[in-house]
Amino acid sequence: MTDRFRQRAAASLAGLALTLAAAAAASAETAADGRRSGFDFMSRETQGMQRDDSANPGMLWVRDGEALWSRKAGPAERACADCHGDAKTSMRGVAARYPAFSEEAGRPINLEQRINECRSERQGARLLPHESQEMLGLSAYIAHQSRGLPIAPPEDERLTPFRDKGRAFYEARQGQLNLSCALCHDDNAGRRLAGAPIPQGHPTGYPLYRLEWQGLGSLQRRLRNCIVGMRAEAFAYGAPEYVDLELYLATRAAGMTVETPAVRP
Amino acid sequence: MNPACRRRPSRRDLLAAAAALPAAGCLSAVAIRPARAAVPETMEAAIREFAGEAAIRDGRVKLEIPALVENGNSVTLSVAVESPMSAADHVKTIAVFNEKNPQPNVALFHLGPRSGRARVEIRIRLATSQKLVAVARMSDGSLWQDSADVIVTLAACLED
Amino acid sequence: MAGALINVPKEIKRGETFEIKTLVRHPMETGYRRGPSGEAIARDIINRFACTYDGEEIFRAELFPAVAANPFIAFSTVATQSGELAFTWTDDAGHSQTETVKITVA
Repeated sequence: MTDRFRQRAAASLAGLALTLAAAAAASAETAADGRRSGFDFMSRETQGMQRDDSANPGMLWVRDGEALWSRKAGPAERACADCHGDAKTSMRGVAARYPAFSEEAGRPINLEQRINECRSERQGARLLPHESQEMLGLSAYIAHQSRGLPIAPPEDERLTPFRDKGRAFYEARQGQLNLSCALCHDDNAGRRLAGAPIPQGHPTGYPLYRLEWQGLGSLQRRLRNCIVGMRAEAFAYGAPEYVDLELYLATRAAGMTVETPAVRP
Repeated sequence: MNPACRRRPSRRDLLAAAAALPAAGCLSAVAIRPARAAVPETMEAAIREFAGEAAIRDGRVKLEIPALVENGNSVTLSVAVESPMSAADHVKTIAVFNEKNPQPNVALFHLGPRSGRARVEIRIRLATSQKLVAVARMSDGSLWQDSADVIVTLAACLED
Repeated sequence: MAGALINVPKEIKRGETFEIKTLVRHPMETGYRRGPSGEAIARDIINRFACTYDGEEIFRAELFPAVAANPFIAFSTVATQSGELAFTWTDDAGHSQTETVKITVA
């Protein structure tokens, strides 16, 4: 099985069917440096699904998150809103800055981990499990407040060694297929893998509604998908390697626009 | 669709699976084609059940769906019917059928003069590339239809 | 079910036909999938959707497993008067969820 798949993958990647960049660039934010959001690689219909808030399934989770924002939690009966007020103002631009350095953790953390940090430290509430509906709702709601803003990883020297590790992970070959992220998303973006266009791998709309999942999911879910697809070992959610990778990806996508909640095939 | 995969497939299973899958290899089952997949005859039968003995004419109905779909899990389909939607002359029901999903019915819409416009939109699932058919029943009992073919592509890598 | 989004135009004129878009959260489990150990996952879908306008039904749909998860359904109606639109989704187990939206017709 492995050999057969390796042959197919190699053939696809070698560009037997040299298809140029799949979708017409309908996105208004095509960076001059050639960076394009996954939005640009989708069909017109899926793009339409994302653009229309009344038809974007991700908005169902954003609405959930809005309700959760005001829900009291923990022994002190404190809601997010009690400290942070109206998320539309207080959370504006926040998701665009994550992953960010956490003093408590002594390393970068992503938005989901930050939510849990707040819940345990400030609310005394139970941690939300990764990919739970509550975590997805809250993170979707918070990240949605950064929609339209540029991804802005913090200029923090403490992040440098972790960013470098993330970059090394991105460029290293791994798994049974001996592929690296860079091999597809840097070297072969725009071509096709088994019929599906290869995007550039910018985290421009997370958490997002993936048609393949028939639901909303985080960036880490997508990263783990890819890693399983490459037949590499998938670490547990929250693994430092993934957060380092998220940090590197955010830097790689710096300046690109947040689309949360995005829709992707 | 993707055949079932057990945790540790035997060599024979994998070769058979690899032949069937566009991107081979899955560690656990995602979706399978059931033993009795629908065939075009099943769709015909379902349409007959809806239409009865009456003749179904082409025209007045417009079924819109993308010709090529990047994921079969969610495909937007719309049906519009030319009709004044008056009390005397309106669309009563619109039935949508598919050819190759496990079962042939997709949805049945009930409209009336209060609809104003005979147009519905819905998101559907398509197991594989196939034909869709929309049949409209008018207030005078006449039946009209339209059909469209869709090519469905799958994601390159499977999750888990 | 939980979570529904309903979209109607903000300004509606009397006598005009306007579009209503609805989105509801539901996995729409087809009954054809198998779990990791090969066990069949039971069907659980919304099989009926209906909309009333001040109590009178103006639209109804019967849904089958071919309808996508988190069903999106859009349809039209004629604006007769200001009032309340009620949307009801019913699943295989007979549970219903109703959401209402008030509309202002000029």
